[in-house]
Amino acid sequence: MNEQELRNLISQVKAGSMSRRSFVQRMVALGLTAPMAGMMLSQSGVAMAATTIPYKPTKAGGGGALKLLYWQAPTLLNPHFAVGTKDQEGSRVFYEPLAGWDPDGNLVPVLAAEVPSKENDGLKEDGRSVVWKLKQGVKWHDGKPFTVDDVVFNWEYAKNPDTAAVTIGSYKDIKVEKIDDHSVRVLFAQPTPFWADAFVSAVGMIIPKHLFADYAGAKSRDAPNNLKPVGTGPYLFEDFKPGDMVRGKRNPNYHLPNRPYFDTLEIKGGGDAVSAARAVLQTGEYDYAWNMQVEDEILHKLEASGQGKVGIVPTGNIEYIALNFTDPAVEVDGERASTKTHHPLFSDPAVREAINILIDRASVEKFIYGRTGVATANFVNNPERFRSKNTKFEFNIEKANQILESAGWKKGSDGIREKGGKQLKFTYQTSINAPRQKNQAIIKQACQKAGIAVELKSIVASVFFSSDTANPDTYSHFYCDMQMYTTTMLQPDPQRFMNQFLSSEIATKANKWQGRNISRWHSKEYDDLYNQAEQELDAVKRAAMYIKLNDIVVGDHYILPEVYRPRVTALKNGVTAHLSGWDNDLWQLANWYREV
Amino acid sequence: MGNYLLRRLIIALPSLLGISLILFVLLALAPGDPFGELATNPNIPPEVREALRVKFGMDDPVLIRYFHWLLAMLRGDWGFSFASRVNVDTLILQRIPTTLYVVGTSQLVALAVALPVGVYAAMRPYSIFDQIANTFAFIGFSLPTFFTGLLLILVFSVNLGWLPFVYRADIAATGWHWYWEYIKQAIMPITVLGLFQGASYTRYVRSAVLDVIRLDYVTTARSKGLDESKVIVKHVVRNALIPVVTLVALQMPSVFGGAIVTEQIFRVPGIGSLLISAILANDTPVIMAVTFVFSCLVVFFNLLADIIYGWLDPRISYR
Repeated sequence: MNEQELRNLISQVKAGSMSRRSFVQRMVALGLTAPMAGMMLSQSGVAMAATTIPYKPTKAGGGGALKLLYWQAPTLLNPHFAVGTKDQEGSRVFYEPLAGWDPDGNLVPVLAAEVPSKENDGLKEDGRSVVWKLKQGVKWHDGKPFTVDDVVFNWEYAKNPDTAAVTIGSYKDIKVEKIDDHSVRVLFAQPTPFWADAFVSAVGMIIPKHLFADYAGAKSRDAPNNLKPVGTGPYLFEDFKPGDMVRGKRNPNYHLPNRPYFDTLEIKGGGDAVSAARAVLQTGEYDYAWNMQVEDEILHKLEASGQGKVGIVPTGNIEYIALNFTDPAVEVDGERASTKTHHPLFSDPAVREAINILIDRASVEKFIYGRTGVATANFVNNPERFRSKNTKFEFNIEKANQILESAGWKKGSDGIREKGGKQLKFTYQTSINAPRQKNQAIIKQACQKAGIAVELKSIVASVFFSSDTANPDTYSHFYCDMQMYTTTMLQPDPQRFMNQFLSSEIATKANKWQGRNISRWHSKEYDDLYNQAEQELDAVKRAAMYIKLNDIVVGDHYILPEVYRPRVTALKNGVTAHLSGWDNDLWQLANWYREV
Repeated sequence: MGNYLLRRLIIALPSLLGISLILFVLLALAPGDPFGELATNPNIPPEVREALRVKFGMDDPVLIRYFHWLLAMLRGDWGFSFASRVNVDTLILQRIPTTLYVVGTSQLVALAVALPVGVYAAMRPYSIFDQIANTFAFIGFSLPTFFTGLLLILVFSVNLGWLPFVYRADIAATGWHWYWEYIKQAIMPITVLGLFQGASYTRYVRSAVLDVIRLDYVTTARSKGLDESKVIVKHVVRNALIPVVTLVALQMPSVFGGAIVTEQIFRVPGIGSLLISAILANDTPVIMAVTFVFSCLVVFFNLLADIIYGWLDPRISYR
């Protein structure tokens, strides 16, 4: 899909002949994110839909206890130190950002009075600044007013390397200045098309200046309020035991009327995902369980007991297979898989093409992941296909055989194809995780039928995903021919996500395998287009470029997408939680309620 | 006695040092990185991770890190959790009451079951009662706790719905209700641990009593016409329990150390679950503190067991 087609779609949305939602869905199918699609629409003059979040209770309180179960418990409650989503979720109970992302990619104001747009002079044509207007009358839990100074302070706090905040990436390259008591300007060093990063969503939660001002920089870890949050959120802090539980009670002075509904809130942590699902879906002891990494079959069984249901929201996470661009068997300058080498088998495009159609994505979805992994082959080339559930995914052993045959790979006496003395035989690695091993087996079987011998290797997840430079079995070393894992899109904007195919990001010995380009696939065309996209201010042109970037990567068949991994949660019957795959699960905690 | 104690304490010091050194080096050599999760997050520049590593002194040579840790430990500073950014002693102290309650009670339950059953079985060896007690004891310590735990959850939580299977350290109730809730949620973990421990105690008590009951002085006591209950309580059990006391003393460290598997199944926020989550998060200071405290307890209770043994049985002398 090129720029012109995108513009046509957008004008359809403008004219009302295409719904906003279906536009966003098509963009997601193209590998873009919903927030990015939303930004594209807003720049083209289709205002962000003012999301109304359904909320039935007519007064605050009276809802009893809300019990949330996290099989990984929050270990700290300062959002600027939140290492994983579990810590972000724990902080989100008490702290709030200026705005969050809804499932359709709309920004929803929280501590902001409105979403910045061209109409309200929040956005400038040059893309170098954003003006946020703050909601008035918001108070911290201790009664002090929430002001612009707090917002500015969060920028100073997070950008200071001595603070060692994990949110630093969102704050170090910007400048924040106070305009007046209720508005603040964010200045970017260069034109920034995706402006909604700092102060937005998980990285944007705001901590109070009056309690943290003395603890910016090297003293950050001594702040007593790291463990006793005082925020603006719907619940007041009561108690926190790291790695075990968080308790809060209703904030009677919350800045939204009639909210929150529940009187107390409890987050219990620990245990495992399956029993967490059980506690919500089967016994109903809990109202919500986080991140259900449970096989769909089990979820179906538990849902059958009728106590609750599974909630599924799309995200940008994708389980994919990477073929090694370099040769892991040869050592050059003390480094295997050196960029100076080419993979002996995969450098033949026919082999890559054959492997691509030997991945039975439909079966992987049907028999392994179910609702928790949606097959997405060729998602860049053919969005129509993606939309239609009846379309067959390209899985064709016969065709693979033909491709290999005509490329000169002939079957030897042992049934394995070979060409020029090289046998079609390689190793395929992934982390230890039951669905992944089943997935490996499905692919191995199909390859066997096409005369390709695949050796399977599985590595303990804690080793595979570690950043240990001395261990050759980590995914970033990729000392193997083929590997599979989920790459997570933590940012609503694909810019940082897509840098994983830049030639400058290749993981090598020189950068201690910290580079993000792990398959080591690279192309000049991609690098050039990426750099161009980085500078592009026009949201539509930029989106078209990202689609093209996707095209380039997937079309070369070194990177083989397999299934989308939506976010899966368990909810007790009657509980309404407004989940979004582009923000924390608790992003709308104030609007959660229970139907009686 | 004083001399013996002093000597034992002096020997304990190098062994504790050795243990701590081995633990530290092993952890340093093990794969993994507390900031590994940051590595996969493209939003966090590598410099930040480097800065964090430098800040927490993780790039220094192992031995230097070890001496830093040792000096701090001697000063009473247990270190600082990477994952929670909290002092380790705070974390451990938060968990101690729950561990003492659950694991301690389960030890009491184990003894309460094992003592009468073991003694009675030894009084009538190879009787029906003994056979049944033996069978159950074998089943008891052959079944792993993760199995019995899941079994109990299936029966009492899922099918019958009587007991909760998520343990909560904070219960928002008052008065009698609070006590009841507290007891109710602990029933399953205590039963699982207590029966497992009780089964092996039973076997031990039975054989200890059996050893004593055949001795001449017991026959003498009986022939003097003493009451059977008096013979058992005053003459047999008193002597038979000396080794059992030692065994119980050696089990004491685990009361503090928690029970990793059972705590994980029932989400009991004890020391065991702290340890396992610290291991999974590569939170070295927490792992070090928990394992080191545990080894101190083992050394200490070993010493205590030896002393109690000598005190109970004057034939043993300290040399």
